[in-house]
Amino acid sequence: MTGSHSHATGSPYAPHTEDERAAMLEAVGVEAVEELFDIPEAVEFDGEFGIDARTERETRELVRSLLERNDDLTELLGRGHYGYYVPSLVDHLADRSEFLTSYTQYQPEVSQGFLQALFEYQSLLVELTGLEIANCSMYDAATALGEAATLADRVRSTGGTRVLVPDLLREGRRSTLENYVAGTDLVVEEYPTEDGGVDLAALEDGVDEDVVMIYAENPTVRGTIEERLAEIGDLADDAGALFTLGSDPIALSLLERPVDVGADVVVGDASVLGLPTSYGMGLGLFACREDYLRQVPGRLVGASEDATDRRAYTLTLQTREQHIRRERATSNICTNQAWVALRTAMHAATLGPSGMVDLAKRGVERAEGLAERVDDLVGIKAPVHDRHHLREFVARVDQPARAIAADLEDRGYAVHVVGDHELQICVAGATDEQIDGFVEALSEVVR
Amino acid sequence: MTDADDNVRYDQARYVENGQYEPLLSEKDLTRVEIDEGDDGDDSPLPDDLTRDSLELPELSEPELVRHYTRLSQMIYGIDSGPYPLGSCTMKYNPKFTEDVAAVPDGAVHPDRSEESVQGTLELLYRLQDYLGRIGGMDAVTLQPPAGAAGEFVGIRVAAAYHEHNGEGHRDEVIVPESAHGTNFASAALGGYEVVSLPSDDEGRVDLEALEAALSENTAALMLTNPNTLGLFERDIEEIAEMVHDVGGLLYYDGANLNALLGRARPGDMGFDVMHYNVHKTFATPHGGGGPGAGPVGVVDELAPFLPSPRVRTDGDASYELFEPEHTIGKVHGFHGNWLVLVKTFAYIARLGDEGLTDASAKAVLNANYLASRIEYDVPYEPFHHEFVASAGDQDAADVAKRMLDYGVHPPTTKWPEIVPEALMTEPTEVESKDTLDRLAAAFNAVAAEEDATLEDAPERTTARRIDQTSAARSPRLSWQTLSDEEE
Repeated sequence: MTGSHSHATGSPYAPHTEDERAAMLEAVGVEAVEELFDIPEAVEFDGEFGIDARTERETRELVRSLLERNDDLTELLGRGHYGYYVPSLVDHLADRSEFLTSYTQYQPEVSQGFLQALFEYQSLLVELTGLEIANCSMYDAATALGEAATLADRVRSTGGTRVLVPDLLREGRRSTLENYVAGTDLVVEEYPTEDGGVDLAALEDGVDEDVVMIYAENPTVRGTIEERLAEIGDLADDAGALFTLGSDPIALSLLERPVDVGADVVVGDASVLGLPTSYGMGLGLFACREDYLRQVPGRLVGASEDATDRRAYTLTLQTREQHIRRERATSNICTNQAWVALRTAMHAATLGPSGMVDLAKRGVERAEGLAERVDDLVGIKAPVHDRHHLREFVARVDQPARAIAADLEDRGYAVHVVGDHELQICVAGATDEQIDGFVEALSEVVR
Repeated sequence: MTDADDNVRYDQARYVENGQYEPLLSEKDLTRVEIDEGDDGDDSPLPDDLTRDSLELPELSEPELVRHYTRLSQMIYGIDSGPYPLGSCTMKYNPKFTEDVAAVPDGAVHPDRSEESVQGTLELLYRLQDYLGRIGGMDAVTLQPPAGAAGEFVGIRVAAAYHEHNGEGHRDEVIVPESAHGTNFASAALGGYEVVSLPSDDEGRVDLEALEAALSENTAALMLTNPNTLGLFERDIEEIAEMVHDVGGLLYYDGANLNALLGRARPGDMGFDVMHYNVHKTFATPHGGGGPGAGPVGVVDELAPFLPSPRVRTDGDASYELFEPEHTIGKVHGFHGNWLVLVKTFAYIARLGDEGLTDASAKAVLNANYLASRIEYDVPYEPFHHEFVASAGDQDAADVAKRMLDYGVHPPTTKWPEIVPEALMTEPTEVESKDTLDRLAAAFNAVAAEEDATLEDAPERTTARRIDQTSAARSPRLSWQTLSDEEE
């Protein structure tokens, strides 16, 4: 089929015509492409994967039909991952193919647009955290926490081995952290919480010179707002330990600035802006004090000038990175979540400062409003914790929580089960109508 | 088409305002919102001591933002703009439909949903585990690692857990060839291992004598990519595997170069015990300015009990569930990894099937060999597969790269691997046509003929001219806050 781009049996994305292929083989000086493979016979693969090729349409249909098997539920789920509405602008602009199909900006002269967008993302986090430095993304909150611990291990001049985390820490974050520190001398220990917030007296008893990092979250995984962060910061400071705070961009729009409570590092999931729920795909935010500049993990975009003296952006301080410093790098991270960071920056820009603050305020008002409505029902008490809440709260049910959640699911609503008689309910991405429907369904199942 | 003048004349978009390129959002507007505890009920619902005082960020209209980001996008070169033969990074065209399949609302589910309510998600993951296992010749696969380097780290942690379980926790060394990806060294070090660097032989492959000397009862693993970063197949792979296994070590496969081997050889058949797949390189997912990707890890049966939790399994009756491997290392991501990337991978593999995947590697290798035959720079090591490393000789490889940009093509990876002086590491991939390869070769050859002064002054047709990277590192300015402080 001379000159044809038909691909009945090959890769549809390899554009060679038969004539071109023949000309190329001739230029290379072989008769068949097989001659170019230098693979010993003993390890050649002569079998088949058994994967049938499909047309584009069939493939789309396959994926669609698989995912259609998911139940269509209204998700009142949070606990570190939130399904906020993402404005249309984000999809349309982030999907512009120059953003999508470029790689790491090793040639900054042809990558100014992406570098500037990442510089703006870094700047967003600097404003939100009050810390001087933010990198241009890690994988997710859990891995960013792991990186914070290894940073603490590097910068703590006096040594020490203990990393303190709250007993409320999500299992996925705890486990990931354990893996990150497995190659160090660090040990992860829990400190107690009380009524959904840090038990400061107990924490104080547990802090000594051997502590390298204290980690706290605001809001906590149970949706409560920590009231004594500055005191945790002081405790860490007195022990010469780093204070690492876990949060996210929406919470940081309203809650105390990390720098004002003595945070040295802020980690968290920034994809609370810019991404739908995506089965937990995330964007690790990482910000820290300027003192740790040379020890920061991940990529940094900096401003410089080009040959015309105009401001231009470039990846910088790459001597910290794995492709230069290899086993002495500050992190093994290479590919990160740059495109998700772009989406987050776009979403934040769309909201503007008032939109960000309003979104956070509504998270407080709607969580507390829903908790009141839930508390009015018989057989359920909310919120369990006598604290301020953002986005979500824990409710106590008389009946087994698992059975209530299953009944709710039958009625089209998903909530967390966090204890034998505890449910957790999140308002983040829900509309007012969905919340009304949920209260109705809940009133039926707790009876 | 061999003359530079016949090449595409390239002029990248450039917006200039007040003597600067496209202003920062912060230079268009900065609006401060004060946050006070409200008595009238319409201000902060929290007490003052729990809130920040103010938030200062740009506040722009939607049309202004659309123009800002559209302009930024135009000041970026991507694979959709032209060829991008960045060796080792496998920058290949990504079909558009995979973006659409990953955007279906049914795929956007919360990670804490009940297993019963996300059967479709679990089935897709299960099928992808199965596809990847077949392609790599591996018995079990985890999809959790969110990037290739994360996959390496999982491999290292799995190896450590395996040795520990067998009472061999004393093994504290990981051997890495000096030409390997920097992530190998960093991942092994993050896992707590001493890294033993392995020199190459004169032909650019693993030096078996050096390997013999490096191996010992302390060896936990050897990390290898095959073909290696010079594009050369490690022909002695069976012997290498035997040597590593003889001392009780594990053989790790870095999947960065798997595009060269699809359907022709499988790491599992070569004796590798554990591998990661760079699904964004070998299959589909645009690189998105540096991510996200995903780095699933495949292992042989013996290592399966140590994989991260959870994995997906089926009862064989169209019902899928998550489970925790018996001796799992736990988790390496807060949830399930980069799900959207995995959907694209699944769709790409399902689209191509056996023949498409095999054809992709054939044409990737043909393209690399054809391009190398057309360029005038010396290519010291061969026979190579999907990528080759040319030497810029007397020219500075970094300058060559800058000048190539003026010809409307993205340059190769430069100055690495260090085995080749002034390295130009080139990987055209299967998606470039003969015409495009000819155009690429013309760009290489035009630059090869140019004076150093021209190269040092390049690029001139790009958005920004040559950028001063030294001053960026010497006096770091990493946010718009720093820039405005300077102005004050």
